[in-house]
Amino acid sequence: MKLQRVKSLSLLTSIAVGVMLSTGCQEQATTESSPLVTIDKDPFPSTYQPLPSQTVVFNNVTILDGIGGQIENGSALIQNGKIQQIGESVDVPSGATVIDGEGKWLTPGIIDVHSHLGVYPTPDGGSHADGNEITKPVTAQVWAEHSIWPQDPGFRRALAGGVTSMQILPGSANLVGGRTVTVKNLPNRVAQDMKFPGAPYGIKMACGENPKRVYGEKGGPYTRMGNVAGYRQAWADAQDYMRQWERYEADHKAGKNPKPPKRDLKNDTLAGVLKGEILVHMHCYRADDMGTMLDVMEEFDYQIASFQHAVESYKIADKLAEKNVCSAMWADWWGFKMEAYDGIKENVPMVHKAGACAIVHSDDDQGIQRLNQETAKTLADGNRVGLDISKAEAWTWISSNAAKSLGIFEQTGSLEVGKQADVVLWSADPFSTYAQAEKVYIDGGLAFDRTNPEQWPVSDFELGQTGEGDVK
Amino acid sequence: MSFLNKMKKTTLALCLSASCAAMVSAQDIAIVGGTVHTMSESGKLDNATVLISDGKIVEVGTNVSVPSGFETIDARGKQVTPGFIGAFTSLGLVEVNSWAGTVDSTSANVTVSPTGAALDVSYAVNPDSSLIAVNRIEGFTSAATAMSNTGTLFNGQGAMMSLSTDSQLIEKPRAFIVTGVDNGAADRAGGSRAAVWASLQQAFEEAQSFSAASVSPTSEWHGLTSKADAQALSKVVKGEVPLLVSARRAADIRQVIALKQRFSSLDITLLYATEGWRLADEIAAADINVILDVQSNLPYGFDQLGATMANAGRLHKAGVSVAIGMDTHNIRLARQEAGNAVANGLPWEAGLASLTSNVAKIYGVDDSLGSLEKGKKANVVVWSGDPLELMETAEQVIIEGEVMSMESRQTKLRDRYLSRDASKPVQHTRP
Repeated sequence: MKLQRVKSLSLLTSIAVGVMLSTGCQEQATTESSPLVTIDKDPFPSTYQPLPSQTVVFNNVTILDGIGGQIENGSALIQNGKIQQIGESVDVPSGATVIDGEGKWLTPGIIDVHSHLGVYPTPDGGSHADGNEITKPVTAQVWAEHSIWPQDPGFRRALAGGVTSMQILPGSANLVGGRTVTVKNLPNRVAQDMKFPGAPYGIKMACGENPKRVYGEKGGPYTRMGNVAGYRQAWADAQDYMRQWERYEADHKAGKNPKPPKRDLKNDTLAGVLKGEILVHMHCYRADDMGTMLDVMEEFDYQIASFQHAVESYKIADKLAEKNVCSAMWADWWGFKMEAYDGIKENVPMVHKAGACAIVHSDDDQGIQRLNQETAKTLADGNRVGLDISKAEAWTWISSNAAKSLGIFEQTGSLEVGKQADVVLWSADPFSTYAQAEKVYIDGGLAFDRTNPEQWPVSDFELGQTGEGDVK
Repeated sequence: MSFLNKMKKTTLALCLSASCAAMVSAQDIAIVGGTVHTMSESGKLDNATVLISDGKIVEVGTNVSVPSGFETIDARGKQVTPGFIGAFTSLGLVEVNSWAGTVDSTSANVTVSPTGAALDVSYAVNPDSSLIAVNRIEGFTSAATAMSNTGTLFNGQGAMMSLSTDSQLIEKPRAFIVTGVDNGAADRAGGSRAAVWASLQQAFEEAQSFSAASVSPTSEWHGLTSKADAQALSKVVKGEVPLLVSARRAADIRQVIALKQRFSSLDITLLYATEGWRLADEIAAADINVILDVQSNLPYGFDQLGATMANAGRLHKAGVSVAIGMDTHNIRLARQEAGNAVANGLPWEAGLASLTSNVAKIYGVDDSLGSLEKGKKANVVVWSGDPLELMETAEQVIIEGEVMSMESRQTKLRDRYLSRDASKPVQHTRP
């Protein structure tokens, strides 16, 4: 695959042109109209470059396609970075590596919709704490990608767990924490090298305890009702900002030579949400908090892509299905804070069974290494209370559902012909504790091979240190 | 048969004492046909029977006939293990960690115990904590419980507790003392390991000189420790009470081994031992045990650069006794940790021992817990399959011969919402 540069986000309807606003051009008074000022929506374009693509045939392998299907003794061909064929048998191009997958399983690469790798990297001292802009309750102007340290050793650990893509978010201290970014798990020298080409931006928002705990003694919000007032005011301000730009564009079109509105980075992002270009991922634990946000969403006419953590989604799964909002959940975390006190182990399967979009996420640099195991646990718990969900369906929680919530399902998240070859070969049934990701391909490049320690990636940080290149 | 009846009568006679609540309802139980992991010299027994009476195991074997009057649990196709023991928890001391009221697992530094050694959690354990049932129904029948932070040198005296439904859960108060020599300990000591080690050396020397006979509440005592601290620590320096030490980097572990050379009676278990694999032979030779946080394989600090999930397997191979499980709300997930240790080189049997017999040995309770042998407490779990497999589950939990309800607050929440009647407010559905 050739190096891709993305000039516009996939969801954008208007073409973004890179004309930056400058003081000089604003103040230039001429009789003719000044050029229309527009905002570059992709000022930090992806410079992602995959590893050399392999041509690989997997034979005699159990395949989970990530959209609910399972093929026994199946085969798949990846070539030129894409999934070329999949089924009971496939062609074997000359020069292809043929892997006998007996006893092994082939799945789409895992997508974690909630990671802080790079923004809260290890080692985890204050000098690396780049995930929460704890200065004001609404910091929509900050972008997670500007905090990502590509040398975070956590990326390689997640890779060994079969994670091929992830969303990296700001933390949850703020009502609006800032922009998220979706990346391929192939860190290189700068953050742009990881950016998933064509992925839309997300925005991180947070309900409940965290904002009021952080800001209660610092000017507020002090309460949940204060939180909600904060979101609503932010949306109202963004609406006003949008109207200013609309008026400017209309006046410009009418030849009135208007002065462009002062650019506001915070409102750029919030307006992007209201225009449907930026996806909302909202940290929300309690059912009542989520219920409130579903109404705020209607009031300001935007869509929440997902509630994150969503510990109580099982209580309102019908409403979430109706409003088409995903829930990204843990298998069994609970009790560490009051709003996590009602956590149950069957949350994920109960949400799934209600017809809502269920996702298993990590929010954790260790959990991200075992999202298959988290899926296995919660699947088993659900089936023990009669929810009757197959392993193939359950894999959607870490593949297609995750991809859909991030707006990247056209490119990845399932083993379908034409999709990016983000593929994991597991040593055994990945619903077993003992199974390990044996080979991990990203865009057809072999990013991790457990059987070949010489090729394991090592971050700059770990070079020359104790444990360099060791089993992790 | 006759001796069993006799035991029952004895039990009833003893039931005037406060601790007999569980024993009254303890049943005569035969667990029949399962694969029994005895965690004793008998090893694994296929198609075996476990007989339980009056809260104790009375027989384990493949040629055991079931006496009449015993309630039979059919364990064919299932696996039977000793109840799992939470190796390092704060169970009973915390309900909600953050910002929701008193948490007894942490304290500020207090006058009565300037070094923290005297703080005693056996007074603080709440048997009504919802965490107990949540973890019990997943196969955990007892636990070591301790404070996690006192702001000073020692994290107090921990206790061994049962996870039964009794009103009194403490099985062994003042069972161990916790300290640390890692980055966190250095920070608490003012910022340097130099301060940690000077303090530890001083505290143990004072403890050596402490004599309960010659020190009274009114006698003078000048030291880093208070009298209460020195008294608690005097049992540690004599080796009567185990010492748990948080240590991560190899250099710190070497210092702990050297400490044991200076105070040779110390009975030491390392917590974390993140880089233990680098000196596994020395740890084994010093007869030091470890309790591991298996899945912590990242360099969170510069004292854990060598973190790897292979640690458990490498330590075991060198002959170190490995225990697994450091959590509280989710100590139930220790079996997933042990499974992951197995996936990374720990033999399966050692994985099971890391949750049972090895934990019991650390705390000196292996005479009653951690294995299925005649005379041991009847803490038994019947599993749907391999207990280290994620999709298997504890189907029946027995504590001191009592068959436990498999309900918790979580199962009730689940059942309420599974059976919600949309025509009524949810609070009107009682699962």
